[in-house]
Amino acid sequence: MTSKNSERQDGLRRVVITGAGTINALGHDVPTTMEAFRQGRCGIGPLEFRDVDRLSIQIGAQVHPWKAEDYFNRQQILLYDKFTQFALLAAKQAVAQAGLDFQGALGLRSGVVLGTAGGGLNTWDENYRTVYEEGKNRVHPFVVPKLMNNAAASHVSMEFGLRGPAFTVATACASSNHAMGLAFQMVRSGGAQVMLTGGSEAMLCFGGVKAWEGLRVMSKDACRPFSANRNGMVQGEGAGVFVFEDYEHAHARGADILAEVVGFAMSSDAQDIVMPSAQGAERAITAALHDAGLNPEDVGYINAHGTGTAANDKTECAAVAHAFGHHADRLMISSTKAMHGHIIGGTGAVELLACIMALRDGVIAPTIGYQEADPECGLDVVPNEAREARVDAVLSNAFAFGGLNAVIALRRI
Amino acid sequence: MTDQIRNRIRAIIAEQAMLEPDQITDDATPQDLGIDSLGLVESIFAIEEEFDISIPFNANEPEKSDFDISNMGTIMAAVERLVAQKAA
Repeated sequence: MTSKNSERQDGLRRVVITGAGTINALGHDVPTTMEAFRQGRCGIGPLEFRDVDRLSIQIGAQVHPWKAEDYFNRQQILLYDKFTQFALLAAKQAVAQAGLDFQGALGLRSGVVLGTAGGGLNTWDENYRTVYEEGKNRVHPFVVPKLMNNAAASHVSMEFGLRGPAFTVATACASSNHAMGLAFQMVRSGGAQVMLTGGSEAMLCFGGVKAWEGLRVMSKDACRPFSANRNGMVQGEGAGVFVFEDYEHAHARGADILAEVVGFAMSSDAQDIVMPSAQGAERAITAALHDAGLNPEDVGYINAHGTGTAANDKTECAAVAHAFGHHADRLMISSTKAMHGHIIGGTGAVELLACIMALRDGVIAPTIGYQEADPECGLDVVPNEAREARVDAVLSNAFAFGGLNAVIALRRI
Repeated sequence: MTDQIRNRIRAIIAEQAMLEPDQITDDATPQDLGIDSLGLVESIFAIEEEFDISIPFNANEPEKSDFDISNMGTIMAAVERLVAQKAA
């Protein structure tokens, strides 16, 4: 493990999390979401939006109740797609918890990097409908600034005056992990003092779900990660945003530290556009441990990618078993997607909350919906009920379509 | 009618597998023809479009769906059933 000194011998800065925010199907904030994790509550239900009757997949983890008017004024709603709204809400919670003010010099040394896969997909959907289905020849002037994938990151930077690095990462289901990993690297290298990071997704609309139906990997009834009778993924929506801060800066101002970010690694399968590779995943896991200076036996919990598809779950278990050797049988690994759904480009961010809960509260979020043991997923998947356990270090896995893998390591502080 | 349906399916599979239609024999499995999971999903989509039918197939549990993909013969029989149901 790295030393407890504020500066590492290699000159790199230590990076800590001092704020967290979220909105997802389980709750509109972090405490509600973590309580749902403890209870093993499922946020998946019947989808409610226009033309849902024309879909063959009619379930998802939608944010309920959701009225943009409760949070934003008319002008803001005209500019903010739902994925931007979610990101802004989560970012405000995170900054409020961190107690940071970015006016002046700090704003110049701070930035934001967010993940999203679909960006303003609801805006695309609504406006395609306007021009194609309704035959109108005019759309609102803000369509482009509303739908662009960097809209959320830009609005977060404007909201808080973050004038340093700001951009968006799109690596499908690993977008948030890639974003958070880059934010970590920027603070660790001294390139930024504070980074807001995480991800956001709002893909639950007719066009968004219709596109996913085509691949035939979605479940019609439930998300059951690692269970032998799993039959596919269930989509969710929402955002998670965190404040990643230079440890010295956080310590000097007496900030409450939620966890330390200690390592990150990414790899590419370079193999198949949809089928995952155990070797690619394993390389990312092993490299993240190495980057963190952790031994396999230091890790007590892994938040799995755990999509509930036949292919992902067995491949991920094989990768973990290989990367951890004998210790794979002692660590806990759970997928929280059965609760909040697969939030695609925002999923790693919401899942990082389960990692923080494990380190800080000593509660491991369960894999709910688990019904039948699968010999190809023979790890301790914390079935159905949360578990109390003290863990010192955790990993969060994300393995995206396109074969892009991103693994983050956190440690208790 | 049935031969015509089978020929149209063979043409679709042949195009997907980059083979000649007469190489699409009844006992050939998708694997035999070099059709991977994505290729299979693409073939099923093309068959749905060709016959204007809806094929129940979930890639996560192919063995549980009513659409038997064991080999080309079972696929063709299943499509024939769906086309007949649509006509009924």
